[in-house]
Amino acid sequence: MRMAAWFYLVLAFGFIYLPVGTLVLYSFQDGTLPVPPFNGPSLQWYTEVLADDDVTDALFNSLIVAIGSSAVAVLLGFLAAYGLARHVLPGSAFMRGLLIAPLTVSYLIVGLGLLIVLNRTGVGLSLVTAGIGHVVINLPLAFAIIYASMGAQHENAERAARDLGASETKVVLLVTAPMLAPAIAAAFFLSVTLSWDEFIIAFLLTRFDITLPVEIWSMLRSGLSPRLNAIGSVVFLISVTAVLVLEFTMLRRRQS
Amino acid sequence: MSAGTGTKLGWGFVAPALLWTLAFFIVPFLVMGAMSFATLEGRSLVWGFYLDNYIELATRAYLWRAILVSLEITLTVTVVSVVLAYPLAAIIAFRVPPQWQRLALLLAILPFWTSYVVRSYAWLLVLAREGLINQTLINIGLIAEPITLANTRFATVTGFVHFFVMLLTLTIYANLVQLSPNYRRAATDLGANAFQTFRHVILPLTLPGIATGAFLTFVLCIGDYVTPQVLGGNNELTMPQVIMVQLGRRADFPLASALAIVMMAIVMLAYLASARWLRLDRV
Repeated sequence: MRMAAWFYLVLAFGFIYLPVGTLVLYSFQDGTLPVPPFNGPSLQWYTEVLADDDVTDALFNSLIVAIGSSAVAVLLGFLAAYGLARHVLPGSAFMRGLLIAPLTVSYLIVGLGLLIVLNRTGVGLSLVTAGIGHVVINLPLAFAIIYASMGAQHENAERAARDLGASETKVVLLVTAPMLAPAIAAAFFLSVTLSWDEFIIAFLLTRFDITLPVEIWSMLRSGLSPRLNAIGSVVFLISVTAVLVLEFTMLRRRQS
Repeated sequence: MSAGTGTKLGWGFVAPALLWTLAFFIVPFLVMGAMSFATLEGRSLVWGFYLDNYIELATRAYLWRAILVSLEITLTVTVVSVVLAYPLAAIIAFRVPPQWQRLALLLAILPFWTSYVVRSYAWLLVLAREGLINQTLINIGLIAEPITLANTRFATVTGFVHFFVMLLTLTIYANLVQLSPNYRRAATDLGANAFQTFRHVILPLTLPGIATGAFLTFVLCIGDYVTPQVLGGNNELTMPQVIMVQLGRRADFPLASALAIVMMAIVMLAYLASARWLRLDRV
């Protein structure tokens, strides 16, 4: 029984790491096909990819869209969470539902709806329209994360600040926001990781300037290539670094 | 501060997020719904209340087949992923020493963060005719000719299962560690063997968590375009693939909208079917 459990664990980890292991290994391939036999290691594909303007432009676009849309999503989510947690509003359950609603719909449908409206109104597709779509999908998450951490224990500090004569703006900026910094940062990082890797909305809502997943998609049409392995490995490294930073800084701090 | 200004102030905080959601989610969604009842005459769009698109969905074989294919793939993926992820989560929760559990879990879901498009491509590296599996099997002499693995439904399901096993391991593990060990001790004291403890104690207690994870899997899987497009080949198309064909080659927005509405309706049905076990507030 015990042996079977460990055997299963090893097998499961093998399955989980098979594709990404293959991806990374053959990004060091010395040759034009990322398949066995492995020759190398060689860094030629990394140097080629990093010198490719299309790729670096797309990478830059992705970061801009991710950071911009996450900042907007977190700002709107924070304000809404504050309003709904600290003020008694009629229909607040309904509004919470409305703000969470985009989570229940697949990205393809969010993108399709926006595409139809943009087409009808004649607004051109750009990085901005993709960013608008990313705010739609990240706002519910940012709102939910920040709303969940708006505990009653913070309310006393806010009340004290108000009693001491702070305006509402000052309370929000100088008392509430700093106390919720871990939740706000977690919401921001989660938004960035989701947005910068998002494909279908970016694919539907951009045209000339494209994000990295869309660029990777267009390269995919030419089949297996060590260039793709190299890009994929770089993206994986960046995402994993972000996740590990999140794991070992913010989440740890919250635990202690 | 009077209650009146307080409420007004509260609205001021909520308004921006609410307006954004209305303008860029609710309105587009309603327009899409209206679009599904519009029709194309030649290349020009005619608004109205036409059922043409829905009739086409029910009668044109390549359209209703896509709905069936999507359902078959999604149900297969959901069941296989739960069956594979549950033992993994249980082993991490009950067999791995507590101080190593967090690390084991982190490692088990790290490849989750492989870029979304790249993840399917990485499976192509493994499954292609000249890929890792075929080359390895040929080298050790098990097969003489490469077998077809990529561009099949098997490849699509494998790509999906890989992703959702990681997701479900996370959600099921979260459920298992919440269980007090006393339940298991009590069951053992009362003479239950390992299987009976699982069947009558642990499984029922973790059913809400399983249902939530399975529902999440269903929703994400049925709406995904990339995995079947990269791994499935073009022998059979899923709903998202057909939607993209309508958008691209044919610019048939009404039909694409009708398909999207049907896809949402299926998700709604799945929600209603599993609602009694779901606890979405605890995700």
